[in-house]
Amino acid sequence: MSVMPKEKAIEISDLKKNYSGGVEALKGIDLTIEQGDIFGLLGPNGAGKSTTISIVCSLLHPTSGTVKILGNDVIKNPSEAKKHIGVVPQEFNFNIFEPCAQIVMNQAGYYGVARDISRKRTAELFEQLGLSDKAKVPSIKLSGGMKRRLMIARALVHNPDILILDEPTAGVDISLRRSMWTFLEEQNKKGLTIILTTHYLEEAESLCGKIAIIDKGEIIEQGKTQDLLAKLSKETVILYTQSIPKEFSNNKFRIVEENTLEVELHKDDTVLSVVKDLEGQGIIVNRMKNKSNRLEELFLDVVEGH
Amino acid sequence: MWKVQWVGFKTIARKETVRIFRIWSQTLLPSVITITLYFLIFGNIIGARLGSIGGYTYMQFIVPGLIMMAVINNAYSNVVSTFFSAKFQRNIDEMLVSPLSFVAIILGFLSGGLTRAVIVGFLVTAVSMFFAPLKIYSISIVILTIFLTSLLFCLCGIINAIFATKFDDIAIVPTFVLTPLTYLGGVFYSIDSLPIFWQRLSLLNPILYLVNCFRYGFLGVSDIPVAKALIILSVVIALLWSACIHLLKKGVGVRL
Repeated sequence: MSVMPKEKAIEISDLKKNYSGGVEALKGIDLTIEQGDIFGLLGPNGAGKSTTISIVCSLLHPTSGTVKILGNDVIKNPSEAKKHIGVVPQEFNFNIFEPCAQIVMNQAGYYGVARDISRKRTAELFEQLGLSDKAKVPSIKLSGGMKRRLMIARALVHNPDILILDEPTAGVDISLRRSMWTFLEEQNKKGLTIILTTHYLEEAESLCGKIAIIDKGEIIEQGKTQDLLAKLSKETVILYTQSIPKEFSNNKFRIVEENTLEVELHKDDTVLSVVKDLEGQGIIVNRMKNKSNRLEELFLDVVEGH
Repeated sequence: MWKVQWVGFKTIARKETVRIFRIWSQTLLPSVITITLYFLIFGNIIGARLGSIGGYTYMQFIVPGLIMMAVINNAYSNVVSTFFSAKFQRNIDEMLVSPLSFVAIILGFLSGGLTRAVIVGFLVTAVSMFFAPLKIYSISIVILTIFLTSLLFCLCGIINAIFATKFDDIAIVPTFVLTPLTYLGGVFYSIDSLPIFWQRLSLLNPILYLVNCFRYGFLGVSDIPVAKALIILSVVIALLWSACIHLLKKGVGVRL
């Protein structure tokens, strides 16, 4: 049985952006994001993530290249392209004096959603995002986390096919961050394509089925997250042991704390062989964990090697 | 797609109108107080010592000019401040990422400026009736002039806001351009009373044409041909409209 190929939600071809002053922010990137994906665009500061997102959202003109949203070119057919996307920018950018519900309903209006429908949809989103009691409150009075949720409600009010989030959980505490991940995963299950840029690699590894890593205006890795992680040549693992004999000495291991060892696992190493190796020297391993997030290791690997 | 543009336009227009009434003490009241002071001081106290102009008392003569002054200031300041605030807080992005066309966006902001200008114009006219009898020679000229003048200065406001990078930039034009041109635009005097050189120089002042058109609508007297003034006004509006669309399409001042 043949598998139907998924439709392209966003197709970026040979996208270049030169800023005045000669800064080459994008050097001809190609990127395809399929419908239903949660796609992570990762990269260090100044790599070109926000420039890419801004061009996709029509906030920036490209120097050359094309961006298509569900087959509609953002330059040639902007209105048709833009109606499919919802955008959560990095910075808070709503009118701080306007009541929260008004901000969201106005956004729906800009997408042609009638007032009675947007009122209902705003109430539903506020309920889901825990903002119901803030509907009439001016947005200036919200906490940082609430403002983030307000921006998500604003981006979803017109029922877009694609949600673009630029650093959606920056400055958000861990519990709220996790509840936002759950919310986004639920939306994705309902068919929403999600594209996010983030500095939290744990977030990308947990949420994104596919990722691309951008550095100095070029895409240096892209593909399924699991496939990319499989490329990791080594991982650093922390081993918590019952005790370490004083005479213990092995170049492969490093004692980092009392009863705690660090070891680099190469592609061909197995956890079992490491544990057995230690047992042979009288050391019992109680627990173990990765020193850092695996995506973080991949990220550092490819960015430092670029 | 027309439905999207229509709903989007109505949304901006509603948002702008709600703002005008929400902060009415900043948007509607100041002009009424200022113009009332003009009526009291220039019209009632100083004007009582002056003779008639074109067969009308000095108070009757200055009323149309003062209404026009309020209309111009409010049309301009409403649009320049809301458009620049949207730029400054970056909530203009809410519109730029949406399918709204630049035509719908500009019309939305213009509707806010027009609403405020017309409301203030109406309030100032109502106040003027305490100081001079209201006489309207041509209601159609009055309405047409108010509409075209508001439109013209709303468009000027948008262009100012597009180029402005800080709040100081939106105060420069009203302070150094608009106010002098308004005061020298025949609000308080007829240019017939000026020496020939100053009369000719005054003809270069666009506000002179607006004030005289409006005065013609009220009193039936004007220093300049009204039809010619209305045609020039329409042409300038068309040029400014094209400039606004062109600048926004190029992304000047609004895109990152």
